[in-house]
Amino acid sequence: MKVALLGATRGMGRAVARRLAERGDTLFLLGRDVAELERSAADLQVRGAGGAVAHAVCDLLEPGSFAPALDAAVHALGGLDAVVVSAGLFASQEALEHDAALRARLLAANFTNTVLFCELARARLLAANGGKRLCVFSSVAGDRARKPVILYGAAKAGLSHYLTGLDHKFSADGLRTILVKPGFVKTAMTAGLPVPPFAGEPEPVAAAVVRALDRGTPVVYVPGIWRWIMLVIRSLPRAVMRRIQF
Amino acid sequence: MEAVESHLRIVHGRREPRPASPGEPPLTELTGFGMYPRVQGRERLSEDLERITDGAVLTRGLGRSYGDASLPPPGGAPVAGSPLADRVLAFDLGTGLIRAEAGVTLMRLNRLSLPRGWFTPVTPGTHWVTLGGMVAADVHGKNHHVAGCFGEHVRTLRMRLADGRLVECSDERDQDLFRATLGGMGLTGHVLEVTFQLERIATPWIWQESEQVADLERALERLQDAGREWPFTVCWNDLLADGARLGRGLLVKGRWATAAEAPPAPPRWRAAPTLPFALPSWAVQPWMLKIGNALNFHKHGAGVRRRIVHPETFFYPLDVVREWNRVYGRRGFTQYQAVLPGPHGHPRHRRFIETLRAHGGHVYLCVIKDCGAAGRGLLSFPKPGVSFALDLPIGPETQRVSDALGEFVAAEGGRIYLAKDAFTRPEHLRAMDGERLAAFDAMRRRWDPERRLRSALSIRLLGDAP
Repeated sequence: MKVALLGATRGMGRAVARRLAERGDTLFLLGRDVAELERSAADLQVRGAGGAVAHAVCDLLEPGSFAPALDAAVHALGGLDAVVVSAGLFASQEALEHDAALRARLLAANFTNTVLFCELARARLLAANGGKRLCVFSSVAGDRARKPVILYGAAKAGLSHYLTGLDHKFSADGLRTILVKPGFVKTAMTAGLPVPPFAGEPEPVAAAVVRALDRGTPVVYVPGIWRWIMLVIRSLPRAVMRRIQF
Repeated sequence: MEAVESHLRIVHGRREPRPASPGEPPLTELTGFGMYPRVQGRERLSEDLERITDGAVLTRGLGRSYGDASLPPPGGAPVAGSPLADRVLAFDLGTGLIRAEAGVTLMRLNRLSLPRGWFTPVTPGTHWVTLGGMVAADVHGKNHHVAGCFGEHVRTLRMRLADGRLVECSDERDQDLFRATLGGMGLTGHVLEVTFQLERIATPWIWQESEQVADLERALERLQDAGREWPFTVCWNDLLADGARLGRGLLVKGRWATAAEAPPAPPRWRAAPTLPFALPSWAVQPWMLKIGNALNFHKHGAGVRRRIVHPETFFYPLDVVREWNRVYGRRGFTQYQAVLPGPHGHPRHRRFIETLRAHGGHVYLCVIKDCGAAGRGLLSFPKPGVSFALDLPIGPETQRVSDALGEFVAAEGGRIYLAKDAFTRPEHLRAMDGERLAAFDAMRRRWDPERRLRSALSIRLLGDAP
């Protein structure tokens, strides 16, 4: 499979890229830091990625960088079978309430710019024959508004909504949209946060994501138990949501 | 670009302590593998080890040293956690030279290199260690008598120094820094990247032979004989057995299987289950271990057993359960590891065990290994003689046992392994290793005159200010 990945130098994206490399997929990395891209490309090469792992600069805060980066990916890979987006920003609700600039950046990166990126990726995936995949990391935080993740969750809710719509409209044209909803996963992004029960590790999460990518599963919760946790949380009445702190 | 800018990592929720300064992680409980001592510390975690080591007092890997070597000094100064910095940056399949970030685990490296015909030249008894930790402790393994310590195979280290500079050192460049970092317990600088030489292997399977040994002297004698023919040797001994049976055990020898002996398929990698919580401290009692040790001994039977084993079974028998240290409960445990000069079976070896028992030490697990020549690491543990690694649950007698052993080891010309230690007193360490400690101190004065790099261990043993 020929895969372009945005956000694969870190966290869950790194784990997904490794899993793909280990089975010999051909990879193209998109990210904002050239030195980091080079180091990750070397790592994936050693693990068995097919061909040379190339990369291009693509900054989620710079929408102008999207189209040239995606075109570079299509050119280097000689086609495109899948695009995986795991990049995003995280900040606590408290920090976001106090810092307007940070708030604007996070909302832009996690919603507007991710959607703009996906629109360009979608166009390139649909241009090819059927069976193409767009896999995007949203979050369980988008499933129900909760006090600690109001702004972050709102951006992710919008993103989930958009991806569900893509699935409805384009699945008939052969585009599989894979909406990934991670629960709490132990990565640098969540370091320092209190670890809740059912926290996941990046590697099993990556295994589940790659399985979903292969099968074209429209929605995947990782770890899987979060599907049931969110089912409960979605059904809690407003009176309860006003009282609890999570 | 999963950009978690450092100042964003402020914790929500009311029960968490406030960060010390913007961007520093909250205080959490940090411990080594023995779960004793426990300290409150701020551990920075990121894929970007170069950034988080800036201003950190120490870098910590998986916390697999048993005592306080990976723990920060009190006061909340930040430590850098390396495990997310886990990329392999270069691996030459022709020469076996590999360069990787310091946080990569040996488990990942092995599973990468074994199917490609290469293996780490030296491995400790667990694969849950980081490459940086292997350098900091200058680990040794079942092949010490032929291969020396891990540091003998390291070519270059990329480091962040106490003053913030980034340097690359080797035996050719800043040799004093390089050699003091091998076994320097992280006190000479933050190791960011390691380049080292892998060993070529015929197959990824191990040919193993094992046999019973009747007592301590017999064990040491057979260990010495086995070392002349076998690259990997180790002895498991029962120190809960009484009288003439004291020190009976199983001698295990191994070598890489030849292509003709090995199964056709490569080894499969199994995920180890995790012990989910700490057992109560009373859950494991000496009498249980006494029975367990006896069963283990008798189950083997007389005569030599030969078989092909999975490399992870051979090198990491205890890693079949993750976090098995929790069987000792919250009281924790310590490992007393010391090397005593030979010859094998010298009366001091039995007297060492007798001293331990006389002071009430219950050894749940004892591993004996003979060491070869000392390596180039300034503070590395091994030197010619016999190494005893003794697992002791922590109790009211532990300090007393450690003091008695410390005195004994110093008087007999031995030394202890800092990566395991939690109880040794500075005067005993000085008596064992005065010259080397003075050289290490001089080296730290040169590279870190303000003593910015410190750990709980360096405060306990090396006279650093908290």
